[in-house]
Amino acid sequence: MEKWSRFNIASVLLGFGFLYLPIVLLVIFSFNESRLVTVWAGFSTKWYTQLWYNESLLNAAWVTVRVAFLSATLATVLGTMAALALVRYSRFRGRVLFSGMVYAPLVMPEVITGLSLLLLFVAIGLDRGFWTITLAHITFTMCFVAVVVQSRLLSFDQSIEEAALDLGATPVRAFFAITLPVIAPAVFSGWVLAFTLSLDDLVIASFTTGPGATTLPMKIYSQVRLGVTPEINAISTILIGIVALGAVIASLVTKRREVQRAKDERAAFAAIG
Amino acid sequence: MAKLVPALVSRLVIIIPYAWLLFFFLVPFFIVFRISLSQTAIAMPPYTPVFDLAEGLSGILASMRAFSADNYVWLTEDVLYFNAYVSSIVIATVSTFLTLLFGYPIAYGMAKAPGSMRPMLLMMVILPFWTSFLIRVYAWIAILKPEGLLNQFLLAIGIIDQPLIILNTNSAVYIGIVYSYLPFMVLPIYSALEKMDHSLIEAAQDLGCTPIKAFWRVTFPLSIPGVIAGCLLVFIPAVGEFVVPDLLGGSETLMIGKTLWNEFNSNRDWPVSSAVATILLLILVIPIVYFQNVQSRVDGEGR
Repeated sequence: MEKWSRFNIASVLLGFGFLYLPIVLLVIFSFNESRLVTVWAGFSTKWYTQLWYNESLLNAAWVTVRVAFLSATLATVLGTMAALALVRYSRFRGRVLFSGMVYAPLVMPEVITGLSLLLLFVAIGLDRGFWTITLAHITFTMCFVAVVVQSRLLSFDQSIEEAALDLGATPVRAFFAITLPVIAPAVFSGWVLAFTLSLDDLVIASFTTGPGATTLPMKIYSQVRLGVTPEINAISTILIGIVALGAVIASLVTKRREVQRAKDERAAFAAIG
Repeated sequence: MAKLVPALVSRLVIIIPYAWLLFFFLVPFFIVFRISLSQTAIAMPPYTPVFDLAEGLSGILASMRAFSADNYVWLTEDVLYFNAYVSSIVIATVSTFLTLLFGYPIAYGMAKAPGSMRPMLLMMVILPFWTSFLIRVYAWIAILKPEGLLNQFLLAIGIIDQPLIILNTNSAVYIGIVYSYLPFMVLPIYSALEKMDHSLIEAAQDLGCTPIKAFWRVTFPLSIPGVIAGCLLVFIPAVGEFVVPDLLGGSETLMIGKTLWNEFNSNRDWPVSSAVATILLLILVIPIVYFQNVQSRVDGEGR
């Protein structure tokens, strides 16, 4: 193995500096005493205390978390099914269209997805609000879940499942006893990804919401338009903290599961053998 | 029959997500197209004719007679829309190129890192992607403002003596897009580079290639699938980007995502927004189909 050259270290460091510096500055200035976001005037946590009394903001946060939880959970079920369909069934009628519909939402501009879903909800006469945002979020996040789970399924040793089927297990039972435990880390990271995507989304939620359902990003956006304020830095810092914590937990779980994986696959062989 | 039931159950794995995507992803596009042929009306929903299945076939036929291409004519008559499409494509192309320029060395450096460090580096590239897009764009406002942190820094070290005007210009939009989409570029290039067989480069160097020549003749060509995937992942959403031009761009910044948003939210003109979306989709259909091919080829390789 050649050594890590100075050029390579420099480009990685510069790149990561670029990626993280704005976030670090945002976090630092959330603790600023002054209302001016760009001039440091001493340490203070007053902006965080103020958030606590901002009822409409807390309401928006609660709506957002419920939407994210519900939509991530359903998107994980649908996305895992879609991944199984893509990996296990190499031929079925309309497969090209299906894989197209799984990949296209990954790159589709949000304004198009948002507008088209809104027009669908109006056409079928659904009341817009909490549920329409949730349906919209399920639709676009399930495709991200599908891609994450699919990549894990591709590296999964299918012969274990085939052995279970040969020994008389039903496909459903083989899936829950053998496949699901092995792909669980990917399913879990798919859920976390869907949850954070839903938590973040501004554009699709703005299109598909109705009176009464305001999500946190919509709230942040309407305040950002009026200018940079320390309160927004404080909410953002809390959100970043939650994501960072989630990521750390997810990576720890994944790491432990990866170690366990070989053991699981061996145990699965033992169980059916 | 006993065999048919499990077969049907496993078919459900295909049928359920298929039906979901058909209904919530594909059908809406037809509705968008249909409404783009309607007229604006002061009502709820604000367009006419309203598509009503209850009236049966005759109702559908009657409403189809009322369709018109007026909105498309309107789009071609107002040069603003044409300029917005062109400028979105130009901004997305330039940003994609800049993202590649910044992203490639990062991906390359990561792929050359000691094996034990790579999972952590990978995690660090993915992490910002999990952090709110809106917040990451917002963070740049405080940096780029005339009295912002970048200008304070540059003035303090004496590189400039006048604050640079960056916020609310196209330069800020480029910075914002490169920043927010960088992980999308780095990840596919990294995975292409990481899979590469190192003995190929050693062979090239043994045969007398300089490291730079070995890079251009061996490494880079082998990473092209990653480069293409990364460029498409940046370019396609960037064309329709709304948050970045809205928060960082200025009055000179014309982007179609912003035009669509304004047409919809400020002018409440649903038929014209639908026409704008239909044309945007037509422009993006070729890159999207290309992306799907690249993606399914990448996934196919894993088998």
